[in-house]
Amino acid sequence: MGHIKLTNVTKSFGAVDVIHGINLEIANGELVVFVGPSGCGKSTLLRIIAGLEKPTGGELAIDGKVVNDTPAADRGLAMVFQSYALYPHMSVRQNLAFGLENTKMPKAEITERITEAARMLEIEPYLDRRPGQLSGGQRQRVAIGRAIVRRPVAFLLDEPLSNLDAELRGSTRAELAALHARLSATMIYVTHDQVEAMTLADRIVVLRAGRIEQIGTPLELYNSPANRFVAGFIGSPHMNFLEGTVEAVQSGKAIAALPGGQRIEIAVNGANIGKGARITVGVRPQHITVGSDAAGIPASIKLVEALGSETVIHADVSGQKILVVAPGQHNLTPGTELRLSLAAAPLHLFNERGLRLDHAV
Amino acid sequence: MKADVPGKTGLGIGEVALVPVRLAMGLIDAPLRWLQRVAGISGMAAFFLMPNMLIFGIFILLPFFINFAYSMTGSTALFLSDRTFVGSEQYARLFDCRNYLDPNTCAEDTFWTAVANTGWFVIIQVTLMIVVSLVTALILNRELAARSFWRAVFFFPVLLSPVVVGLIWKWILQRQGLLNFSLYGFGFEPYTWLNDRNWAFAATVGVSIWAHMGFYTLILLAGLQAIPKDLYEAAEMDGTRPARAFWRITMPLLAPNLLVVVVLVLIKAVQIFDEVYVLTGGGPGTSTLYLTQYIYETGFAAQLRNPGLAAAASILMGVVLVVLTLLQLGLSRSSEKKGARK
Amino acid sequence: MSRVAEFLLRRKGGKGWHWTDIVTWVWLVGGLFIMFGPAVWLVGSSFKSPAALAEFPPSILPYVTQKATVEGYDKPLDLYDVTLPDGSKATLAEVRRIGIISQMVDPQKPGEIIKVNIAERTPVRQMSFATGNYTEPFTQFDFVRYLWNSVFVTVTATLITLVVNSMAAFALSKYEFRGRTFAMLLILATLMVPLSVIMVPLYSIISALGLFNNLWGVILPTVATPTGVFILRQYMLTIPDELIDAARMDKASEWQIYWRIILPLTAPALAVLAIFSVVWRWNDFLWPLIVLSRKELYTLQVGLSIYSGELNVQWHFILAMTVVTMIPVVLVFIFLQRFITTGIAGTGLK
Ligand SMILES: Nc1ncnc2c1ncn2[C@@H]1O[C@H](COP(=O)(O)OP(=O)(O)O)[C@@H](O)[C@H]1O
Ligand SMILES: [Mg+2]
Repeated sequence: MGHIKLTNVTKSFGAVDVIHGINLEIANGELVVFVGPSGCGKSTLLRIIAGLEKPTGGELAIDGKVVNDTPAADRGLAMVFQSYALYPHMSVRQNLAFGLENTKMPKAEITERITEAARMLEIEPYLDRRPGQLSGGQRQRVAIGRAIVRRPVAFLLDEPLSNLDAELRGSTRAELAALHARLSATMIYVTHDQVEAMTLADRIVVLRAGRIEQIGTPLELYNSPANRFVAGFIGSPHMNFLEGTVEAVQSGKAIAALPGGQRIEIAVNGANIGKGARITVGVRPQHITVGSDAAGIPASIKLVEALGSETVIHADVSGQKILVVAPGQHNLTPGTELRLSLAAAPLHLFNERGLRLDHAV
Repeated sequence: MKADVPGKTGLGIGEVALVPVRLAMGLIDAPLRWLQRVAGISGMAAFFLMPNMLIFGIFILLPFFINFAYSMTGSTALFLSDRTFVGSEQYARLFDCRNYLDPNTCAEDTFWTAVANTGWFVIIQVTLMIVVSLVTALILNRELAARSFWRAVFFFPVLLSPVVVGLIWKWILQRQGLLNFSLYGFGFEPYTWLNDRNWAFAATVGVSIWAHMGFYTLILLAGLQAIPKDLYEAAEMDGTRPARAFWRITMPLLAPNLLVVVVLVLIKAVQIFDEVYVLTGGGPGTSTLYLTQYIYETGFAAQLRNPGLAAAASILMGVVLVVLTLLQLGLSRSSEKKGARK
Repeated sequence: MSRVAEFLLRRKGGKGWHWTDIVTWVWLVGGLFIMFGPAVWLVGSSFKSPAALAEFPPSILPYVTQKATVEGYDKPLDLYDVTLPDGSKATLAEVRRIGIISQMVDPQKPGEIIKVNIAERTPVRQMSFATGNYTEPFTQFDFVRYLWNSVFVTVTATLITLVVNSMAAFALSKYEFRGRTFAMLLILATLMVPLSVIMVPLYSIISALGLFNNLWGVILPTVATPTGVFILRQYMLTIPDELIDAARMDKASEWQIYWRIILPLTAPALAVLAIFSVVWRWNDFLWPLIVLSRKELYTLQVGLSIYSGELNVQWHFILAMTVVTMIPVVLVFIFLQRFITTGIAGTGLK
């Protein structure tokens, strides 16, 4: 159980509209990640699902039942907060028990559930400590444990890893994925970090300014972003965008001219582009090859970051910045010229409004 | 103050003592859950606010408003319904004077005596209080061994009840008291200070300063300690003399606190009653009769009590206090703003 | 010892004495005497017998003149050390005094009256603590009752203050509702309405409610303190709202959130308010004086002031009872002084 459906959900705080008509269906057992820049309304949307905020309009259903007017306590959901929100005056055990006691659960069962969750999360040694005596990672586990013992219909997690240091974040992320596999419960996970989204999600919902930009599996988003925003947001380092004008369309191919006068050829699979259209060509830094053949686009090197396994090159193509990630180590010096080839790269085409122009890869 | 979250709470109250409280609170929970379901969360907000608002409304707001009604009625009856409407007669009576500078020419001469006494008291006590508290705060702000001990010394009388304060000093100022004993050592004859109009007045001023200066010293000291030390170090590097540093650094930075303290002292001084009532009872004669005592005696203690007149006088006093309080709020608001800008 | 002196007299930079150092020490030492002296004198006096209290110059410690029962005299007579005209010394009892001549007898030989110049005799004195000053008021007067009344008023009013004010503070800090600002302003406005301004109508309301001559009439008007609501609210604002959200997700009712989450976390502020409330209510005077007119209902403060205002003041009892009245406040001072002073410096309330 844990099927959640949002229909035209809107939310405004006073005169400020924060969520604009969200339609979304989350299947039972799915791990859905809400991702988007901070302030885009992810937390607000999650809190609406949780019942901590009332939607201004629209309908929210859990397992087919409309719950707009059901208080948070009665929705059967559990939430993990960014600040963990552990009760500072209670021991870890009491923190875990609090929610169960409120449902008048028998003592024995409470103990059993706490023991089980503590074993699963490896927090048994700390059960009698206060949250103040725990490290950040331990607190994080307790916060997850508090949700687990409730055996909720769905887990709601609001940036649960953002207060951890980078290393811990990586390992906890993997544990969360394992936990999801094990519990096979619905999870809604909010983050502003696209790497987290990509690694965890069954499906990603990309939000911007209270609107859904795209919903899809991580690879769908990576391979065919619906618009410039998603294209730029997913993937690291972010996609390069080159502005250009269509010079000619012939036999399924478009010739686009970049401001510097270079021409690139793009397969246009039935997309509706005419001559003279202003377009944006998107190409991921990893897909550009560095070469010296004369067919490449000339670029001047601004900065070289040698990471060992790969080399990140910041370059300038007639006034437009471009980022290249070349595998291996290269002996390059800033100020010199090089040629970049897009021949092997999957190109993404966006029209003037930033929408994807579908074309063959 | 700030909640130390996450962390331990400050006080470890015995868990055992809380058991009956826990039980009681748990029992109330069921009906309140029902209330929450019926009234919703905003209904619960109203529920939490209710007891305070009810008590506040009945015992503070209601009296505040019916005070005006009282001031426009006459007779000695207590309940408003039994009283006769007289319009502004009570006010007229209070203001019925041939010469406002001479209380003896007034119909309600004790009122004007009380006003004049309170006026003098306020002027002298507030001035001295500020000087004494400020000097003490400056001294306590020096580099001093055992500062918290000295701070406690001056704070000690603040917690004493006014009745105790009054009695302590009544005992000291009486004929066989400590003051006469001390002066006796210098060859003075014993004197009954509180029977002398001027000395009794001086005593009320002195005793009220003794009792409360510690409080204001504390506030001023907090203000002084909030002044960054590096300002003085910078001034010293510039070769500023200490007196100049005091007038150019200390005083301007302390000014917001000082203003707030001045108004607080003013508000308290206008209402002076308890310790004076015990110390001198307003005497000898009417030489230490202050406004609150006048209202109390007119309304409650006099042979022929006159609640209407007392209400009228209390409203006049209230007007003064409202002005002073608004002044204080304005001042602390503007000093807060300054603090925020820092 | 010299180390102590060195520590106490330590001065800035260890330079020579500046005039401000002298002012500082005169002020501090003078302050020590003026602030503590009167209370110490009061305590000392409270152990003196009525006769010793009437003496001038008074003795610093409680001495009593020794008395002896002499055959042939109904009352015990005061004993004196006397230097007789022949230069010998003796201990005699005084029968009566006429002008500068004292008529005395030797307790061993009661028949013979000896006349002595009063300059030649000094009373035989002995230190003695008149503990009766403390014990008698509890039996002769109603001081046990007064003490009980004061304790009842203080404890009850403080408990109600804590509950009622913390509930209001919770509503005003953690809920959004219409009229919140208005409620805040209303409470703020209370600061401008001290008791001295509303005592006449408040008295009529108390009477109408049947609370005249009733300790509840003393308690109720004091419990909705605006300052209490303010410090608690300020403190509660620092408790993260996410804790409340978490509790709501944990199926806690609003009431549970209040007493299981908010109250425990507000404990430090509640403690400050509790201490202040105890001191306020213990020291209250004018309002109990108005509401309570029956002797058995007096609080300590009212009882003390009434007895000390009587024509024939029994100072020895008054002084002892004043000391008793001071004790709780002095205890608060000794144990919680630092707590209170930082509380005042932080909140500016009294
Ligand atoms: N209680 C509130 N009152 C007013 N505005 C709010 C409130 N909560 C959030 N907002 C606004 O809504 C927008 C979305 O906030 P939020 O959902 O927290 O963003 P995020 O995606 O970073 O979690 C922000 O602009 C924020 O300022
Ligand atoms: Mg957020």
